[in-house]
Amino acid sequence: MSFHPKIDYREFHRSTRKMPYDDGKVFAYEPDNRARLEDIAKRYPPEGRKSAILPALYLVQRQLGYISLSSMQHVAEAIGCTAAEVEDVVSFYTMFYTRPMGKFVVQVCRTLPCALRGAERVTEELTTALGIQPNDTDSTGTFTLMEVECLGACDRAPLVMVNDSWHECLQPEDAKKLADDLRARGEDALTGCHHQSPDRAKG
Amino acid sequence: MEPILTKFVREPHCYTLDFYLKHEGYQGLRTALGMKPNDVIELVKASGLKGRGGAGFPAGMKWQFVVKDTPKPKYIVCNADESEPGTFKDHLLMERNPHLLFEGCLIACHAIGAKVAYIYIRGEFLHVQHVLEQQLEDAYKKGYVGKNVMGLGWDCDIFIHRGAGAYEAGEETALLESLEGKRAQPRLKPPFPAIAGLYGAPTAVNNVETLSNVPSILLRGAEWYAALGPEKNGGPKLYCISGHVERPGVYEASMNITLRELIFNVAGGVRDGRPLKAVIPGGSSVPILLPDQLDIQASFDGVAKAGSLLGSAGIIVLDDTTCMVWLAENLLRFYRHESCGKCTPCREGTQWLLNILEKIERGEGEMKDLALLENVAGLIAGKTLCAFGDAAATPALTTLKNFRGEYEAHVREGRCTVPAPWRRRTAAAAHSH
Ligand SMILES: Cc1cc2nc3c(=O)[nH]c(=O)nc-3n(C[C@H](O)[C@H](O)[C@H](O)COP(=O)(O)O)c2cc1C
Ligand code: SF4
Ligand code: FES
Repeated sequence: MSFHPKIDYREFHRSTRKMPYDDGKVFAYEPDNRARLEDIAKRYPPEGRKSAILPALYLVQRQLGYISLSSMQHVAEAIGCTAAEVEDVVSFYTMFYTRPMGKFVVQVCRTLPCALRGAERVTEELTTALGIQPNDTDSTGTFTLMEVECLGACDRAPLVMVNDSWHECLQPEDAKKLADDLRARGEDALTGCHHQSPDRAKG
Repeated sequence: MEPILTKFVREPHCYTLDFYLKHEGYQGLRTALGMKPNDVIELVKASGLKGRGGAGFPAGMKWQFVVKDTPKPKYIVCNADESEPGTFKDHLLMERNPHLLFEGCLIACHAIGAKVAYIYIRGEFLHVQHVLEQQLEDAYKKGYVGKNVMGLGWDCDIFIHRGAGAYEAGEETALLESLEGKRAQPRLKPPFPAIAGLYGAPTAVNNVETLSNVPSILLRGAEWYAALGPEKNGGPKLYCISGHVERPGVYEASMNITLRELIFNVAGGVRDGRPLKAVIPGGSSVPILLPDQLDIQASFDGVAKAGSLLGSAGIIVLDDTTCMVWLAENLLRFYRHESCGKCTPCREGTQWLLNILEKIERGEGEMKDLALLENVAGLIAGKTLCAFGDAAATPALTTLKNFRGEYEAHVREGRCTVPAPWRRRTAAAAHSH
């Protein structure tokens, strides 16, 4: 960000750098996750072992739910690179969480095609139904609400992703029901393409 | 045109190996393995197959550029990052026709002399990835991938690599960086990937749909393929139609079809019979077309002639309730969020464009902001490391060009003049990111 006399520099400074989340615990892979990492690393040539960083972080997230300071150091050791290189990657990609998240991470797609079909209203209704703003987690740790960019299925707008699963064509008036159903039935409440019959190829 | 890529996507087990084998599966590969690599390249060149990832670069030429005479390994990298707003065709292809992609990857590997293909799939497509993994395992087991492919004494591996949420990872050199375990930030070109790509080795990066077109070229020939569409725009094309249409979806057609036919016949026209306001024909980042500009061939060349781009064939349809200032603001929020931050004009410029657009949309804009928008957009376009910069400048420029009156009305009346029922109802809350 350049300096300009008319800019309130503090307001416009956009660095989102936060210190890595330190939960005070020492992270180590469970043995099967560690073995899985070595399996994955075989897909890349020896000089390309760093390619396994993304998979390694997914394994951390699967085990811990987020990426902690200690886990980054652990990944660095497992890969054979510096912790700074791991942090560099973690801070770039949106799918790595650097803090504990709710049990259900509800991600509303807000990009144009979804917005044209009511995504802004979906977010509004979810905000009311969950009692939280985007980027917040409720006090019980059940829900985190987020807005994300195009998920690559705009024909089924508005699209919502809950953890790794999808819910398609969510109408604003059904948002509250989805929240209730998630509480009651978990991810079974979702009706994304991966739960549907193959007959959804068109429209 | 009889669908080629999506012919069977509605059949119950279309994604399985058994189904694929019953419908000439892996026969294109068999043909290719009986040919010299260079002949495969010549065939694909003759077919005129243009890359379906956005730039429309001929696939055969791309393969020809890959340096063959080198001790290094060579790589095919399939770009399955599909993140361009309005684009969702690769999703369908991979989920419903994964073996077509595998076969395309293998033929491409044979053509350039690679022994490994990586499929880089966006992280949000986990359900699609599961299908790919399951089917790949089956293909390995039955000898279509791996050692001694189809008993023909040729080895080739395919690996799937999951991205982690970054639009910029779709840019081919950023994708290679990401695949190498780094931030998805583009490289300086040259050297191009054909010379120094993945791990510094010669590499061709191809889109999912591009590779999925290859098996049928081997099976039926270049002439047949080229004749499916207009000159230099041959083959089948997948169109993604979204926004205010009756039937959003993926539709396969010849590029002889017109944009108007696609929107009004194929996708059922504008939702609820409302008037059409504008169309974005090629993903979020291309110039807008107006309703009287739709009688054009929906081909790479046809759309380019009309002053826009076919891009990824993501056709976003807008009805009369769409505010064009809001639209530019929405897209700039996307670009601001996705800028990889490597070059200053893009990193800073997208933030400034968004600030100004938010201000106008809120009703606090001044007339001079319109000129400022054009100025800032002009400072980004053509001045950045990758094509993202041009893309990010386009929404503001194209809406200003075609709908300047709407911007002026926002400024004059101090509010959004085209509010729509499908938009946010509470006072524009400060956006939290
Ligand atoms: C910002 C940006 C994003 C891109 N995203 C994608 C993408 O998601 N998928 C894709 O196939 N190509 C994408 N591309 C195009 C690729 O850089 C590259 O041209 C393409 O993968 C080449 O494949 P093709 O020749 O088969 O089209 C993107 C380009 C840019 C500049
Ligand atoms: S133009 Fe934008 S996205 Fe592309 S390299 Fe520069 S900062 Fe990154
Ligand atoms: S805009 Fe929501 S999936 Fe594309």
